[in-house]
Amino acid sequence: MDIGTEQIDWDTLLEVQDLKVSFKTDEGIILAVNGISFSVQRGQTLGIVGESGSGKSVSTKAIMQLLPRTAVVDKNSSITWHRENGETVEITQLKKGGREMRRIRGGEIGMIFQEPMSSFSPVHTIGNQIIEAVLAHRQVSKQEAREIAIDMLDKVGISNPSVRVDQYSFELSGGMRQRAMIAVTLSMNPSLLIADEPTTSLDVTIQAQILELMNQLREEFNMAVIFITHNLGVIAQVADEVAVMYLGQILERGTAKEIINQPQHPYTQSLLKAIPRLDHLGKRLTAIGGDIPSPLERPGGCPFHTRCEQAISGVCDTQIPTLTPISNTHTVHCFLYE
Amino acid sequence: MSDILLEIKNLKVHFPIRSKQFFGGSTTYVKAVDGVSFYIEKGETLGLVGESGSGKTTVGRSILRAIEPTEGQVTFNVDGQTVDLSQLQGKELRAFRKHMQLIFQDPYSSLNPRMTVRDIIAEPLVAIKLAKGKEVDERVRETAALCKLNLEYLRRFPHAFSGGQRQRIGIARALISRPQFIICYESVSALDVSIQAEVLNLLMDLQAELGLTYLFIAHDLSVVAHISKRVAVMYLGQFVELAPTKQLFSAPKHPYTEALMSAIPEVNPDVEMVPVHLKGEIPSPVNPPSGCRFHTRCPYVEDVCRTEMPEWREIAEGHFAACHFVDSLQLKGTVTADSIGVVN
Repeated sequence: MDIGTEQIDWDTLLEVQDLKVSFKTDEGIILAVNGISFSVQRGQTLGIVGESGSGKSVSTKAIMQLLPRTAVVDKNSSITWHRENGETVEITQLKKGGREMRRIRGGEIGMIFQEPMSSFSPVHTIGNQIIEAVLAHRQVSKQEAREIAIDMLDKVGISNPSVRVDQYSFELSGGMRQRAMIAVTLSMNPSLLIADEPTTSLDVTIQAQILELMNQLREEFNMAVIFITHNLGVIAQVADEVAVMYLGQILERGTAKEIINQPQHPYTQSLLKAIPRLDHLGKRLTAIGGDIPSPLERPGGCPFHTRCEQAISGVCDTQIPTLTPISNTHTVHCFLYE
Repeated sequence: MSDILLEIKNLKVHFPIRSKQFFGGSTTYVKAVDGVSFYIEKGETLGLVGESGSGKTTVGRSILRAIEPTEGQVTFNVDGQTVDLSQLQGKELRAFRKHMQLIFQDPYSSLNPRMTVRDIIAEPLVAIKLAKGKEVDERVRETAALCKLNLEYLRRFPHAFSGGQRQRIGIARALISRPQFIICYESVSALDVSIQAEVLNLLMDLQAELGLTYLFIAHDLSVVAHISKRVAVMYLGQFVELAPTKQLFSAPKHPYTEALMSAIPEVNPDVEMVPVHLKGEIPSPVNPPSGCRFHTRCPYVEDVCRTEMPEWREIAEGHFAACHFVDSLQLKGTVTADSIGVVN
């Protein structure tokens, strides 16, 4: 990903190049992710913002090789994983159920999902589920694994961890369940954590706690995070870098400050005008006209042209805009800047 | 003060839970709503916020009599008459329902997939027997146009519509009986950001046009602040604070409100979020804490809070709070008074 030269001193952990994912359905082929490229640096948080159908979850599931059978990853897509010891692995070449992929999935890249209730098995204790994961990825005895589990539960701020470890997921509240989920993921000591809308179903107070916890743990373990959300407030608070996705493409990318304070793409600009903000109360919101197109009727040209107020007819609806740099860290795909 | 449309006095909703023993077990109660009093003026929007388990949903549902309140009075001033809703029964209650409607959270599960859009919108008219034959069609078209729905779509089924359009169908259904009072229950939470603005604008336009009164229940504080004239904060079955929006967000008087506000992630990377830490979790409503219900988690707790229940009183015009230390605590709001615009 060539967005500048300044990032060379950071270690690149994950590189995604021209990722394309499509789904075969009865109604035809749906192109869910259409050629996105990004990279994640060690210890950094990449925020991915997007509405439904933007392909944000599909692209991270492609990294984990967790896509359903109907999904097809394009042959030219590449997902490169850089290990701590300098080894590089091409994830798209790995077998889904193979040993190497299983080592990466969970062990090196951890994932937290939106629904903390359905992520846990209701018939096993929290402790057993952490122990199972630890035993699968680390060379420890069962007793040690249990100690790791209790220690992790304590780290994520669950009170009374030695009691909680033997409880079932339904005995925990929503916020605690999400903490336990984080504990499961972190007990394998991953270098990259993918958090897919981790706080969306939680109350603001709990959300604030979870965000703080993730920031703390990130610093402690020098972990990289991919944070997927549709909440721009959350993005502003956690992300170093932000990628804005719409209909399977990244439209704009930059540091959190650049994206929020100087958005360039009309989509990013209108998104920021469409959310109620406490510092602009009483002003009428500017809605984005139209609806998100159905994935079966993907517009040609720039994906946003059907709703864009600044669309140039004859250009935006026929050609795909190329990547235009705004600054060393800020890039945009839009004809207005070409 | 303008006219009061709805007045709620000492509303209580207790749900019985049977004990585990087969015989002789005593019954305990979940005190979902425990003594709530407030009023809503004609044409205003009252926002209601609180964490899950605070009882905000139950307040809404018991006003509509979807749940029978255990105790308390709900009076409705309509067409110059004052009606005590809790006394209405059977036919009278059914006839009265045309005055109050509900807009649901999830536009996907709240529309019957086997009914056409026209039938969905017409259903309240048919159910309360407000219109017949051609008049139904006329009213459906009129209401659909009001909600900016394309009239050609009336014969289609809901699956053909996107989330934003579905929510507009839900709004049209709520409006067709020409209600005065509408409860918006998390009505924009399930929508995408770009669609949410459109629905919020529509709700505000309809209010201006038809003089509607909203009770807006949601967990997203920025959305509530945007649409509401006044906001009430609920904790564990009780109101802890109620004030005009601007006042509540710039100068909260209850520690819980302060904590809640501090947890809002601001859309500004230069402002770091400093959430107030609340100890533990929201206690169970079966055995609410003694004294002030918030004392187990309050950072400013004193001895008196553990034993005495604070009084719900008006501390400034239109600003109510229930805290022993309303006058001495210096609490921080999320916004300064001058950076915040005038609402409505």
